[in-house]
Amino acid sequence: MPEIRVTPLGAGQDVGRSCILVSIAGKNVMLDCGMHMGFNDDRRFPDFSYITQNGRLTDFLDCVIISHFHLDHCGALPYFSEMVGYDGPIYMTHPTQAICPILLEDYRKIAVDKKGEANFFTSQMIKDCMKKVVAVHLHQTVQVDDELEIKAYYAGHVLGAAMFQIKVGSESVVYTGDYNMTPDRHLGAAWIDKCRPNLLITESTYATTIRDSKRCRERDFLKKVHETVERGGKVAIAVVGTRALGYAGRVLLARMNLKVPIYFSTGLTEKANHYYKLFIPWTNQKIRKTFVQRNMFEFKHIKAFDRAFADNPGPMVVFATPGMLHAGQSLQIFRKWAGNEKNMVIMPGYCVQGTVGHKILSGQRKLEMEGRQVLEVKMQVEYMSFSAHADAKGIMQLVGQAEPESVLLVHGEAKKMEFLKQKIEQELRVSCYMPANGETVTLPTSPSIPVGISLGLLKREMAQGLLPEAKKPRLLHGTLIMKDSNFRLVSSEQALKELGLAEHQLRFTCRVHLHDTRKEQEMALRVYSHLKSVLKDHCVQHLPDGSVTVESILIQAAAPSEDPGTKVLLVSWTYQDEELGSFLTSLLKKGLPQAPS
Amino acid sequence: MAAHLKKRVYEEFTKVVQQQQEEIATKKLRLTKPSKSAALHIDLCKATSPADALQYLLQFARKPVEAESVEGVVRILLEHYYKLSPFEIFQANFPSLSLESHQVLAQLLDTLLAIGTKLPENQAIQMRLVDVACKHLTDTSHGVRNKCLQLLGNLGSLEKSVTKDAEGLAARDVQKIIGDYFSDQDPRVRTAAIKAMLQLHERGLKLHQTIYNQACKLLSDDYEQVRSAAVQLIWVVSQLYPESIVPIPSSNEEIRLVDDAFGKICHMVSDGSWVVRVQAAKLLGSMEQVSSHFLEQTLDKKLMSDLRRKRTAHERAKELYSSGEFSSGRKWGDDAPKEEVDTGAVNLIESGACGAFVHGLEDEMYEVRIAAVEALCMLAQSSPSFAEKCLDFLVDMFNDEIEEVRLQSIHTMRKISNNITLREDQLDTVLAVLEDSSRDIREALHELLCCTNVSTKEGIHLALVELLKNLTKYPTDRDSIWKCLKFLGSRHPTLVLPLVPELLSTHPFFDTAEPDMDDPAYIAVLVLIFNAAKTCPTMPALFSDHTFRHYAYLRDSLSHLVPALRLPGRKLVSSAVSPSIISQEDPSQQFLQQSLERVYSLQHLDPQGAQELLEFTIRDLQRLGELQSELAGVADFSATYLRCQLLLIKALQEKLWNVAAPLYLKQSDLASAAAKQIMEETYKMEFMYSGVENKQVVIIHHMRLQAKALQLIVTARTTRGLDPLFGMCEKFLQEVDFFQRYFIADLPHLQDSFVDKLLDLMPRLMTSKPAEVVKILQTMLRQSAFLHLPLPEQIHKASATIIEPAGESDNPLRFTSGLVVALDVDATLEHVQDPQNTVKVQVCRVLYPDGQAQMIHPKPADFRNPGPGRHRLITQVYLSHTAWTEACQVEVRLLLAYNSSARIPKCPWMEGGEVSPQVETNIEGTIPFSKPVKVYIMPKPARR
Repeated sequence: MPEIRVTPLGAGQDVGRSCILVSIAGKNVMLDCGMHMGFNDDRRFPDFSYITQNGRLTDFLDCVIISHFHLDHCGALPYFSEMVGYDGPIYMTHPTQAICPILLEDYRKIAVDKKGEANFFTSQMIKDCMKKVVAVHLHQTVQVDDELEIKAYYAGHVLGAAMFQIKVGSESVVYTGDYNMTPDRHLGAAWIDKCRPNLLITESTYATTIRDSKRCRERDFLKKVHETVERGGKVAIAVVGTRALGYAGRVLLARMNLKVPIYFSTGLTEKANHYYKLFIPWTNQKIRKTFVQRNMFEFKHIKAFDRAFADNPGPMVVFATPGMLHAGQSLQIFRKWAGNEKNMVIMPGYCVQGTVGHKILSGQRKLEMEGRQVLEVKMQVEYMSFSAHADAKGIMQLVGQAEPESVLLVHGEAKKMEFLKQKIEQELRVSCYMPANGETVTLPTSPSIPVGISLGLLKREMAQGLLPEAKKPRLLHGTLIMKDSNFRLVSSEQALKELGLAEHQLRFTCRVHLHDTRKEQEMALRVYSHLKSVLKDHCVQHLPDGSVTVESILIQAAAPSEDPGTKVLLVSWTYQDEELGSFLTSLLKKGLPQAPS
Repeated sequence: MAAHLKKRVYEEFTKVVQQQQEEIATKKLRLTKPSKSAALHIDLCKATSPADALQYLLQFARKPVEAESVEGVVRILLEHYYKLSPFEIFQANFPSLSLESHQVLAQLLDTLLAIGTKLPENQAIQMRLVDVACKHLTDTSHGVRNKCLQLLGNLGSLEKSVTKDAEGLAARDVQKIIGDYFSDQDPRVRTAAIKAMLQLHERGLKLHQTIYNQACKLLSDDYEQVRSAAVQLIWVVSQLYPESIVPIPSSNEEIRLVDDAFGKICHMVSDGSWVVRVQAAKLLGSMEQVSSHFLEQTLDKKLMSDLRRKRTAHERAKELYSSGEFSSGRKWGDDAPKEEVDTGAVNLIESGACGAFVHGLEDEMYEVRIAAVEALCMLAQSSPSFAEKCLDFLVDMFNDEIEEVRLQSIHTMRKISNNITLREDQLDTVLAVLEDSSRDIREALHELLCCTNVSTKEGIHLALVELLKNLTKYPTDRDSIWKCLKFLGSRHPTLVLPLVPELLSTHPFFDTAEPDMDDPAYIAVLVLIFNAAKTCPTMPALFSDHTFRHYAYLRDSLSHLVPALRLPGRKLVSSAVSPSIISQEDPSQQFLQQSLERVYSLQHLDPQGAQELLEFTIRDLQRLGELQSELAGVADFSATYLRCQLLLIKALQEKLWNVAAPLYLKQSDLASAAAKQIMEETYKMEFMYSGVENKQVVIIHHMRLQAKALQLIVTARTTRGLDPLFGMCEKFLQEVDFFQRYFIADLPHLQDSFVDKLLDLMPRLMTSKPAEVVKILQTMLRQSAFLHLPLPEQIHKASATIIEPAGESDNPLRFTSGLVVALDVDATLEHVQDPQNTVKVQVCRVLYPDGQAQMIHPKPADFRNPGPGRHRLITQVYLSHTAWTEACQVEVRLLLAYNSSARIPKCPWMEGGEVSPQVETNIEGTIPFSKPVKVYIMPKPARR
């Protein structure tokens, strides 16, 4: 029985270090290769020893696909390819290929230079790793080998994010990565055609959320910033650095006449904005339409942030990375401002368990920082979901669009997944799985096997009946010949000829005893009229020799010598007419209707 | 047994049909061996009569042709069938329907369709065509099936009675036949089937309700064109059977069909294809019968999950509890899973209506967003409570990224503004749009503010401040802002009252400095205050002295913005104006009537007296028009007419006529000039006024005819030789003929008139010589009665004002000669007819100093329609010239182009593209209808 096996090495009932193994029709594919923000030990990378204890990974994996450049989707890539050892192809989109190394390098710097970790991948490893990357275009079907092909779909979320369809023969899996079903200020919405995959692996970060309209959120956000600034407080907005200043920033700039300085932390954002400019076709309709007149990514009113500015008096608004306050500038600013209740920090995205962001959002007021010092958080902490993930409705919408046979949830919290799983099974009537890390889901598939049909047979069938109706199965008699691993459907005569066999006829005969005292001829006549009235669609004939035929079925009446009171009807039919024949016998066994003599 | 018999009969019947066909097959046209198409084309062009052409066709049919040209041939056949009697070609074509090629078959079916539509009254042919279509429905080619369905949709009828009459043909249920093809394997055929169904509906056949379920299944089709058509079909059915009840699957509840359809269409707003989304969003707007709670769901993403079914109070209570299960994403942690909820309650997908507009307004494609805004607008207009609820969403759309969407939402808001009151925070967002760099948006917003209700005095203040900011940033918006403040003030007098001291910066004890009277911002504030003061008598008490002075000044200089105020102790100002405004309307109307009635006695006066009377009346009317803007249209219209009459009388009074013999002199300047002028005036009357009815058109044409007669006579008198006269006479008689044909219905009203008499003598005129004709005409012109011009209800003179360029600038517009400079033209047009085709109407004209004139046709997109009867033209005129030594002025003006055939009522026999020598009816020309503006330009020689 062919099957699809899926094992999440990361992101199974969890957010972070996405890494999913899929075996489909004998091909093994690894989807994403991410790190976990919540851990600083071995747990931050997926456990690749699951794939193989010894030996190169290349022998076990046919390809690796990276959905987008967020570190929880590509963070472990150099480690995986250079340190563990993988030489096969790595597929990602062009923007991802361009931005990914920057983020990896940045990540490496923080880990090695700041935290002083040893045994971490080096810059050279990142470069070597990127050499193995094969870039794909949207909707381009890439043949990995003779059988395995992949195709990218637009996913929104971040620049270059893509959903991938992995297809072998007639079996396919779609992996969404992270995606967004509502467009945001500079990216469009995810879209997929009705590809009807066997399995859809979808993220479920916001499995239990149905978001307000984005404009409501924008309004709310603006109000909060305004109020704080008017109070004289400072606003820190944590942004995921790579999203071109973030959604929130764009809103703020577009709509506010803030008199206070607005800063953003340098580095990543600048580079990322540069890439947004490069990959205009990946952005949304608005930017595509207007970038000739006005580049959306030029910011006049924003100044680059310097660490010294944090101590300046008076209100200000700072966009700082990273978004979960686990390291870097945003964490520094947070530390400085946390003590003042006038200030506010806004978390616009999802925070992974274990990060400072998650802690303060869940209401923790005293944080233990490195070096045993305790930080008291007096500032306001606000959460405003601007992150570009699909909400519950969006996920359902995507499932509806792709029409998969079953759905597998990853990249979300177990409890929330549970809820969504229930919904999906109930409303879409699609089976749904949510494996934990290391747990394997096995899906039996029924791959369709193409069979060639001989033209003669087809034409004969067509001549017999009406045109073939769409989506309606139709019965057709023929012989299936399996030869040299291909299948052909031919007429039985041809099959006999090809195989050099003689035709055998199989005939069933049956005796039906009836109590009747009349003569055989009369009997036959009665049978004839009875059948004629019952079987209106069939050709019932009364032959001169006293027998009755229904199509090819022969019925003869005979009188056994021993008992004049009973007559015997001999019914005989060929194997091809089995259905009609058995119907007839059962009909005759019930007896003839009492004739009005 | 009876059934069996019936079957036999049917079998026999079918056999008969088959035999018929065989018969036909014997004289089958063999198109299978075709010949060159070009030859056929030439042949057909030569054909003079239908019978001839048919002969050619038949000959052609026997000739061999290459297979490739078959399609071309068929096309030529199609082109020519118009010239042939349809029935004959039908007969000729019909047998060939058993052709092998699918393409040819499809083309032929197309032909049959055209034939069928040409003969709507011929039931027999239609029946046969439908039959043919049904027969070919089983064809393997999608093209043929498509055409068959199209044919069925266009010709199939539901009336069983007729079908039974046509002997031998079984009654066919066209709907069922078409419905069967909803599940065809080819998406194109499915689409065609739905389209055919829609076509049936359009032709007025009532669709069965059963189609609804079939159509609903098609909503999940794989192909977008099928889904798009299915959405339309569902909409149609929901409009037909809004109140019937349909069951909800998977529950035993029932629901109104229109509500169910609404839910389904709402669901399509989140379809994968944006074409379908646009279609769905558009249709939502027109579903007004939908119940209000369904409607309100569309704005709420969360609630929607349940409202699909009606629930008991108990269930509803539970729902309240469970509605917390989805987080809104505004607060961290509110999506933490709580205890298990009864999951039967929540349904995310099926209950489509939920949040449809939220989705639509957030859609990626702006086309969908625009459609959603439009739909919101329509629904809000019909339901005030919905208007209130959708306000927030509309206001949010003011911040959309795409300008068209912003503009559309502002317009929408304006349309529903009488249903709503803006809150302060909403006003805040609305006013933020004033910073927009697009002029259209700002002006649309000003229009919106004109008719918005503001709830608080802070709101008014905020609006004023923002408008003043806008004014400093974009000084060109001055007029629009003033106008906006005028309405803002007059709508909210009580809210303005407490703001007055602050706005005028008066102080209880100290006199403050007098503000600058020419400051546009100060004028703006005063406009607001004065308009509020009109209905708020206590306000003037708060004014300081200089305010009164400024009032007097503004009342004179900007009288359209500043109303008359009843100021205490200022009798001078108040008494002069205010009472007259209210009460003068009636007398002036009366006056108009009286002066027009006076004119009717014209007939009985001697020429001298008549002239004087006309002159007086014209003068009176003109003055009246100036005084009373409401009556300006009528007054002008009548004055123009009277002027024509006056000119005619004057021309006929000339001495020249007294001489019996032709003079051949150039002395008749006056008469010919009069004729020309009358012609011009009649064109103006016909095309420059909106609201002119058929009655008036007749009179105008009659006047023109008289002018033409005059012209003819004058020509006859002044030119030597008969040859040109012959032509002119003939032309004139032709025109009379046309007049008679066009206005045959109105002829009874023209008793005793010129035409009336003319038509009496028509037979004589036709036969007589030009000289005689002229003589007759002359006497008739003199004898003919003056026709009374009935006044139309609503008549307005088209007018245009060029706002920009202002023409006051001393700085020439410099540009390099030979290159192009763009001149921004901004003009308002009032009462210009036919806004859709205004492009053809307006023509900008640039008159260069060397007399060279250039016509420019503005693009359709340059016209905006800010209000009923008003248009705004904002365009760029490209100027270019060779070098001049000095700056010079060019003239820019707006012209109204007209085409005289536009107003003529269509005669039934004139239809069908019959091109007749319409001498008179196709005159195109232009009428200048704005004051010319001079622009100073300076093309400089290019520097080398």
